Amino acid sequence: MIRVRNLRKSFGSLEVLKDISTDVYEGEVVVMIGPSGSGKSTFLRCLNRLEDVTGGSVEVDGVDITARKVNINKVRENIGMVFQHFNLFNNLNVMDNMTLAPVQLKKCTPAEAKKRAEDMLGKVGLSDKAGSYPAQLSGGQKQRVAIARALCMQPDIMLFDEPTSALDPEMVGEVLQVMKNLASDGMTMVIVTHEMGFAREVSDRVIFMDGGYIVEEGTPEELLLHPKEARTIDFLNKVL
Amino acid sequence: MVRIITSYGGLLLTAMGRTLLLALLGLFFACIVGLFFGMMSVLKNRACNIIAQIFVDMVRGVPMIVLAFFVYFGMPYLFNTIIGGFNVVLTALQAGTICLALNCGAYMSEIIRAGIQSVDVGQMEAARSLGLSYGTSMRKIVLPQAIRTMIPSIINQFIITLKDTSILSVIGFPELVNTAKNVQANTFMSFQTWAIVGVMYLIVITILSRCAKLLERRLNVGRQ
Repeated sequence: MIRVRNLRKSFGSLEVLKDISTDVYEGEVVVMIGPSGSGKSTFLRCLNRLEDVTGGSVEVDGVDITARKVNINKVRENIGMVFQHFNLFNNLNVMDNMTLAPVQLKKCTPAEAKKRAEDMLGKVGLSDKAGSYPAQLSGGQKQRVAIARALCMQPDIMLFDEPTSALDPEMVGEVLQVMKNLASDGMTMVIVTHEMGFAREVSDRVIFMDGGYIVEEGTPEELLLHPKEARTIDFLNKVL
Repeated sequence: MVRIITSYGGLLLTAMGRTLLLALLGLFFACIVGLFFGMMSVLKNRACNIIAQIFVDMVRGVPMIVLAFFVYFGMPYLFNTIIGGFNVVLTALQAGTICLALNCGAYMSEIIRAGIQSVDVGQMEAARSLGLSYGTSMRKIVLPQAIRTMIPSIINQFIITLKDTSILSVIGFPELVNTAKNVQANTFMSFQTWAIVGVMYLIVITILSRCAKLLERRLNVGRQ
């Protein structure tokens, strides 16, 4: 579903991603771990071209999204993204946050969008918050709305950029639960996270990145319990 | 004082009307100019940024009185005589409007740029990640949030522009200051004349800033 080949990304003279190649298959849940500055978030942002790549290719459903002539907006309609800092639209209430893009992009009528948004809010357990503004919600609620907002576009792939890192500890669980439900529904997911327990429980594959390279990848058991590379062992010793 | 009000009150009020007309016209076009160059300075395009910066620097670096003479006398001379083949004739109102639009527009574009840049980049990224275009994201998400932070500065700029119309008396537009000069010349009562004119400006600007405060409060309703 996603095919990354020899991906490189530099910010000025700083090379953040150095020759990354990997695939994400349909229905797979991939968790990216690694120390800060290792390039995980940048990698994720290259998958929907929030960052323009410096070299290599990223194919989504057979379309090379790094190509100049590709309609990136069309590609992004199919890739949901959830951010560390939620990024709900502060000027719109929860319902409008969720219906804006589907209606603007003519994916459905306003009535259908509203219906779908209500369903999604029900799924994340926030049916009573449709009229609230983002500033009236807790962090965990904001992140659940952000996930629901992305799902309203009915994407095939969901990207999560440290979705629980900005949350108070007692709110992490509610967001992870929503993500677990999503995974068991068969959604293709790429998740950057520091939640090792979640990685072990939910993911099909864990990728460890350091210094702009993929150091090691494998099933959660292989990578988290029996890592082979010295750097992986070192990192896991520090976080577990 | 009473004699001036009874004999020249109507004249001065009409002149105040022209001052307001000039200010409104100037502001209207300044908003367009400001939005245009403001957007150019936030686009991810080096050439656009530089053009916007040059415009702002040039207008800000020239006193408005010079700009007024340049537009009113200089531009027609440039087109009609230096280049030749044109017959550009600007009325004082047209020249004044252009002048205010350029001057106020330059400051407005800076206000708009700062307002847009004050909105967290995450808002734009989130909108783009849903598949919305740059334009739609700007219009539906970034600008509505930017405008709220811009409003106090924009109102302030409006008041400055209203006062700047007095400078345009130099190109002969019969706004309040120009008219008052004639009244003073006729009556020799300079203290009274300028006191009345001062109070007139004061009243109009006070009313405007009160309205602005109300508007600001109304816009902040629902803001969290």
